[in-house]
Amino acid sequence: MTIQFNPADLLVILPELVLLGATCAILLIDLFLKPSQRDITHWLSIVAIAVTSFLVWRGAPEVAQGVSAFNGMFKHDGISVVLKQFVLLTTGLSLFYARNYMRERSLLFGEFYLLILFATIGMMLLVSAGSLVIAYLGLELLALSSYALVALNRNSAISAEAAIKYFVLGALASGLLLYGMSMIYGATGTLDLAAISAQINQVEHRGWLAIGLVFIVSGVAFKLGAAPFHMWLPDVYHGAPTAITVFIGSAPKVAAFGLLYRLLEGGLGPMSEHWTPMLALLSVLSLAVGNLFAIAQSNLKRMLAYSTISHIGFMLLGFVGGSPAGYSAAMFYIISYTMTATVAFGIIALLARAGFECEEIDDFKGLNQRSPWYAAIMGISMFSLAGVPPLFGFFAKLLVLKSAIDAGFLWLAIVAIIFAIIGIYYYLRVVKVMYFDAAADDAAVPLPADLPLRWVISLNGLALVVLGLAWGPLFDWCNRAFGV
Amino acid sequence: MAHWPLLSVLIWLPIVGAVLVLALGRDARVARWLSLLVALLTFVASLPLYIGYEAVAGGMQFAESHLWIGGLKAYYGLAVDGISVALIVLTTFTSVLVIIGSWGPINKRVSQYMAAMLVLEGMLIGIFAATDALLFYVFFEAMLIPMFIIIGVWGGPRRVYATLKFFIYTFLGSIFMLIALIYLHMKTGEFSLAAFAAAPLSATEQAWLFFGFLAGFAIKVPMWPVHTWLPDAHVEAPTGGSVILAAIMLKVGGYGFIRFSLPITPDASQEYAWVVIAMSLVAVVYIGYVALVQDDMKKLVAYSSVAHMAFVTLGIFISLALVREHANPDAARLGMQGAMVQMISHGFVSGAMFACIGVLYDRLHTRMIDEYGGVMNVMPWFGGFFILFSMANCGLPGTSGFVGEFMVILASFQSNPFIALVAAFTLIIGAAYTLWLVKRVIFGEVTNPKVAKFKDLDAREWIVLGSFAAAVLALGIYPKPLTDLMDSSVLQIVNALMLSKA
Repeated sequence: MTIQFNPADLLVILPELVLLGATCAILLIDLFLKPSQRDITHWLSIVAIAVTSFLVWRGAPEVAQGVSAFNGMFKHDGISVVLKQFVLLTTGLSLFYARNYMRERSLLFGEFYLLILFATIGMMLLVSAGSLVIAYLGLELLALSSYALVALNRNSAISAEAAIKYFVLGALASGLLLYGMSMIYGATGTLDLAAISAQINQVEHRGWLAIGLVFIVSGVAFKLGAAPFHMWLPDVYHGAPTAITVFIGSAPKVAAFGLLYRLLEGGLGPMSEHWTPMLALLSVLSLAVGNLFAIAQSNLKRMLAYSTISHIGFMLLGFVGGSPAGYSAAMFYIISYTMTATVAFGIIALLARAGFECEEIDDFKGLNQRSPWYAAIMGISMFSLAGVPPLFGFFAKLLVLKSAIDAGFLWLAIVAIIFAIIGIYYYLRVVKVMYFDAAADDAAVPLPADLPLRWVISLNGLALVVLGLAWGPLFDWCNRAFGV
Repeated sequence: MAHWPLLSVLIWLPIVGAVLVLALGRDARVARWLSLLVALLTFVASLPLYIGYEAVAGGMQFAESHLWIGGLKAYYGLAVDGISVALIVLTTFTSVLVIIGSWGPINKRVSQYMAAMLVLEGMLIGIFAATDALLFYVFFEAMLIPMFIIIGVWGGPRRVYATLKFFIYTFLGSIFMLIALIYLHMKTGEFSLAAFAAAPLSATEQAWLFFGFLAGFAIKVPMWPVHTWLPDAHVEAPTGGSVILAAIMLKVGGYGFIRFSLPITPDASQEYAWVVIAMSLVAVVYIGYVALVQDDMKKLVAYSSVAHMAFVTLGIFISLALVREHANPDAARLGMQGAMVQMISHGFVSGAMFACIGVLYDRLHTRMIDEYGGVMNVMPWFGGFFILFSMANCGLPGTSGFVGEFMVILASFQSNPFIALVAAFTLIIGAAYTLWLVKRVIFGEVTNPKVAKFKDLDAREWIVLGSFAAAVLALGIYPKPLTDLMDSSVLQIVNALMLSKA
């Protein structure tokens, strides 16, 4: 096969190119800015993300199966459009939530924005991956930027510890993934995911495929944070500066969904009877570990980290059926989760101020007295994570439970709801602390004067209510992406 | 007939009103008056529902239907039959009284309390009006949030324990119901209750679904042995919360049995009716004895609620046995009708009892029976009301409490005299614990010097107790408007029971 360069392909990756160009431009501009002018970098990054989002919207493929570029290395279809839009949206949200927090801690370096933008490019490549190589490159671009982001506060021992754990375990996961990919490549002789899918049934050495599949599933489970590969997640969420946790806890989850889908369904789809039981097992373990360990946490960031694990378990319920409707439900779930998690982490970042992290659950005591509006937003986010109607999170749970039941995994759905009930306890505990407990001191919280931050987080919180009442359009959008 | 969506107005008016109260209610007086206005408007808006409902025709009226989620064929579907109309009017009526009753006692974060009450009202109306199972479920679960906040913020000393128990317990039950609903959606492809009722289901499927629904509704009612959250929630809830909880939220469980269990799983309901009937009889007798030994007034009334609600479940499921095994649809109708009357009556009586306890609590800040005594000497008007509601609670003829219980006992007699005998025990036990309560609290000498300083009812308390008393007496002396309202709807339910699905 000869590699041909078709200039029209450039148009397909226009959003990525523009974002890359903008990132390089911001890198240069930032060099000439004084630290007091960092707001310029901030707004330029937000504009770059908004423009990219617009281009993704404009460039949405008209044909249902999507278009591919660079000999199938890059796929642009309905799924990648949805995922990219939410990657960009949540990244933009994290930038809003981060600025004040980072500035108060003198961490608002230009590198912060650059690393986030490079990670975003990585995620966009990842969700459009048409070949094993692109998937791996996108993943590494995301991962390397994330390691550096976690370590951004180099004076903090706990951040450094988190970054090293993240790096070592992340490198291990990448190694597993790459090893699995090499097995698959060896067995099928191709890196192209569509070609792998087409040839997989003719492969003689099934053993290689099986081993490759196990490595790939483990690698992706590491990246997702599914139990038993979740060990890094609480430490990283806890150790990273809160503003970084907002980012790491949101957009990369959407991208990891893309990775899971592209590799398992796109590449190894014909082997689904082998990987669905693995995912079912991961799902049960994640639900159990996430929900049970979260109860014991007194640090809100760690609690939310364990809650993330349990939500990954819920999301995997959509995969066990191996059907487009299930993937659509899983995508809806991951979108709902990230939209909700950004609120929860964002509120922690909002309430933190210089010298006070506001990350212990007890720091939220009596928040309703001091700041009823943000207590209500946090409450909405907690009830949504707990899956109480009429909030967004409930409908996401409904859809994945439905897809699991439709696929005949009734037992899995029942296990999931039992753990969901256990999980309700720790979400309610946050509401309890905010509403029922008296504040240690009655002084009003000095909220940051950052008006965009306050507006955006309020809109983000209200979106959970609005999307709970009118989630039909988003559901249809997900369904269309998968051709349901 | 109505050209504008009356049911939507009834649901959303209080909810929008709650947002207004939150936004404008920085001043407690504004919050109180505004919420009273909203509650009154909602009550007035619910009157055309009662007047306009054509009881003779029966069936579902005031229907609204809009596609909500196309991908799941879920509809924003609302409609009411006679039973729903009665329950909705009960809701709007009680909500007004609750808001008046909370005027003085609630003085911290008033706007949030009032807003929570209004949201709760909207959601309860939504439950009674929904014809789409998903919409029903959304309201059914969402109402836990305001109640959780009401008990947790304004409740008594053990409020956190009580409210967490309340939330998790009821959530546990309803989430099994959610699985049942998803399963039914898989079978029928939509969420409408009518489609669920029409779906053919095998006996095994029905049995599973029946227990799924039972988990949800039995906890809500609550039936013995899953009633333990109720005394805690009642004791710790503020008066208004207790009134809403007893008067309306418990009815959701009974309503659910009628809307879900009977039409969707009639054969399984028949097969396992003995389970429900046995649980109900245990509740009548055993919970009655438990109520007898309480030394906390609220706990006593809470347990008596469990015992009285057992008549609702008994009436519903005995009618199933009457239709299917004794081919006696008239008696079945009587039983079902009795269950319905008991629901409404219990709404008034238990609401009034909790309102009375609230009146006492506001004066002495304790609910312990020993601390009181001789209240009649200092509060004659209050004493009169208290005795009236107590009589209604033990089912004295002439009060609303008598009508429902009598009808249910009559119906059970035709099925099995033994069941009627056990059920009739309530008349003795109920009289025992209620009259003993009256004796210890209202009569006797004033032993506590603080009680001697009590002032009789103020105007606000007069309005609340007077309205409840009027309702209790009206329903007891002339229940015909209520039974007429529900008659054809009950008939339809009973007729539907004759059809087997398997």
